Amino acid sequence: MIAYTIQRLLLAIPTLFVISLLSFVLIQLPPGDFLSSYAATLAALGEQLSGDTLALLRESYGLDQPIYVQYYKWITGIVTRGDFGLSLEWKQPVKALLWERMGLTIALTLSTLLFTWLLAIPIGIYSATHQYSPLDYVFTTIGFIGLGVPGFMLALVVMWIAFIYFGADVGGLFSDQYKNAPWSLGRVWDLLQHLWVPMLILGMEGAAGLIRTMRANLLDELHKPYVTAARARGLDETVLTYEYPVQVALNPFISTLGWALPGLVNGGTIISVTLSLPTAGPLLLRALQSQDMYLAGAFILLLGSLTIVGTLISDLLLAWIDPRIRLTH
Amino acid sequence: MTTELIDPPARTGSAEAPRPLDTPVVLDVKDLRTHFLMPGGTVRAVDGVSYTLHRGRTLGIVGESGCGKSVTAQSVLGIVPRPGRNVGGTVTLTRRDGTNLELTSLDPRGKVIRSVRGNEIAYIFQEPMSALSPIHTIGHQITEVIRLHTGAKRDEARFRAETVMRQVGLPRPDAVLDRYPHQLSGGMRQRAVIGIALACNPGILIADEPTTALDVTTEAVILDLVRSLQKEGGMAIQFITHNLGVIAEIADEVVVMYMGRQVERAPVSQLFHAPQHPYTQALLRSMPRLGHRAHERLEAIQGMVPDPYDVPPGCAFHTRCRHYVPGTCDSPEYLEVSPRHWVRCSRAGEVA
Ligand SMILES: Nc1ncnc2c1ncn2[C@@H]1O[C@H](COP(=O)(O)OP(=O)(O)OP(=O)(O)O)[C@@H](O)[C@H]1O
Ligand SMILES: [Mg+2]
Repeated sequence: MIAYTIQRLLLAIPTLFVISLLSFVLIQLPPGDFLSSYAATLAALGEQLSGDTLALLRESYGLDQPIYVQYYKWITGIVTRGDFGLSLEWKQPVKALLWERMGLTIALTLSTLLFTWLLAIPIGIYSATHQYSPLDYVFTTIGFIGLGVPGFMLALVVMWIAFIYFGADVGGLFSDQYKNAPWSLGRVWDLLQHLWVPMLILGMEGAAGLIRTMRANLLDELHKPYVTAARARGLDETVLTYEYPVQVALNPFISTLGWALPGLVNGGTIISVTLSLPTAGPLLLRALQSQDMYLAGAFILLLGSLTIVGTLISDLLLAWIDPRIRLTH
Repeated sequence: MTTELIDPPARTGSAEAPRPLDTPVVLDVKDLRTHFLMPGGTVRAVDGVSYTLHRGRTLGIVGESGCGKSVTAQSVLGIVPRPGRNVGGTVTLTRRDGTNLELTSLDPRGKVIRSVRGNEIAYIFQEPMSALSPIHTIGHQITEVIRLHTGAKRDEARFRAETVMRQVGLPRPDAVLDRYPHQLSGGMRQRAVIGIALACNPGILIADEPTTALDVTTEAVILDLVRSLQKEGGMAIQFITHNLGVIAEIADEVVVMYMGRQVERAPVSQLFHAPQHPYTQALLRSMPRLGHRAHERLEAIQGMVPDPYDVPPGCAFHTRCRHYVPGTCDSPEYLEVSPRHWVRCSRAGEVA
């Protein structure tokens, strides 16, 4: 197990390097750069930037240098000083914009994950052990609705209901008074009060899918010969459900851990925009549109790295609970 | 038909002559019926099966694939998977304390039947390779059973487990107990499975084709092992197989099944020397034997196994029987044609 852990950790280093390279290349891919799209925006407003000003700006941002030099400066800044460069659009260090957004995104992701698991696992187990019972049908129906209704639509409906009937604005993650306040206990409490709405909406689709997965996996597992064999040894049904098959049926849950974060950032962006959540998705979208390369690059790099870390954690967990994986490495 | 054709193969290894069925009955199965109520109709997987198991003796159950051998065994333990249902018959177990217990009337999830399973009646599965939990060690799985049925503490259970593993011939039992199933060879896994079955000193062992997945050498070793364990412990064994060679090696009495029904039951030498049912005779002719010239082709049983949803009326075997006479074979009765030899054939006596 220790050797396996070390091996996986060592493997993560080159992967992270490739990810950083890819994120940088990716943000350079669209034709033009931040300045040309900035100039275009100004032109649309009727202002003209002279060629000289543009060249000057380009030089001061380092945009005139070859791409590998730009990459080298960027990555050494991150690794040695934790400096992600300057957001060209916001005229602020990326660092300042990044961490609160990332922190909130991670908090929202983890709580959504927790919510989906807490919902999906018990319901999945119930549905599998009570296959074709009335409640199983109810859960299945709700599940299909949950899978079919797009999240942003659900978000709109929830916001509308909350506004019409309760006069409450459930958008965002903070009340107005805390929106730009420094962190305090009050702000954390305020966050918790707002978190559950996006958590519910973001989690709905995932939970519906996971219930199906859990039910199918467990049904599969419950009919395996080793369960019947254990029954023939006199074990009772509770042990036959929980001790053996549930553990095995949970494996796919753990292996999706690594994808939870990018999944929520991708799929959650539309919902986040709808609910005006101050998370990474909307800001990344904006940065990509305006070609704010250092900001976009930082987000992509961090999301990629978190995916690697998530996958690493889920692989180690899997190896920990499943000896077949652990012992063949 | 010559008697030479149906000579039983010689018993090999440590095999002994079949023993008389003169010991007490420990399991009495009467007219057992288990049906599967499927959307496409009812499958009468077990339809009136009767036999007895005797202390220290082995009953062999033979028949082609799908004839209901496994479902019979599962019915005894009350572990028939849905939509299967026990629809008749009785299974009477004589417990260790001498009392009798009727098993089919018990709640299949209840405490009483659970205290019988794995404790008084052990079951070795048809697919031993998949009968172990992949995510627990052998030691976990065996001590779990021991602790469940004997209330032993962890250390005692571990000690007992090591003893059993040594008994089934696993070298270094302490090491094997810490292994996971996928780390053992097929032969070792089968020994471990047998060890788990024997962990609580069951009075009855039901072995469902325990050697089918093994190579011939390992098969012989495992059969020897089962025999010697029976000698030590005096277990009654119900040995399920479709291999008549194995039956000849191990059984004292044999039940032949066809389409969920019992067609013949006889002491083993009687069955090999004087089979009465045409199906038994056909099975024997299809069996490879030592001392036969290689160019002699084995005779497959003619025709196809009928659809289980649509069992032929009258004698279920009549569609494949070379002795079928229309009108005569409509309702064969199950008759004792000689002491301890029962046959379900309207032409029994004429066709032998
Ligand atoms: N879970 C099940 N659902 C539906 N039908 C079943 C089920 N299990 C067994 N059957 C049916 O019961 C009949 C007897 O099956 P059984 O497994 O007892 O055969 P078998 O004699 O053990 O065969 P084999 O030698 O292949 O193991 C078959 O027709 C089979 O289709
Ligand atoms: Mg079978």
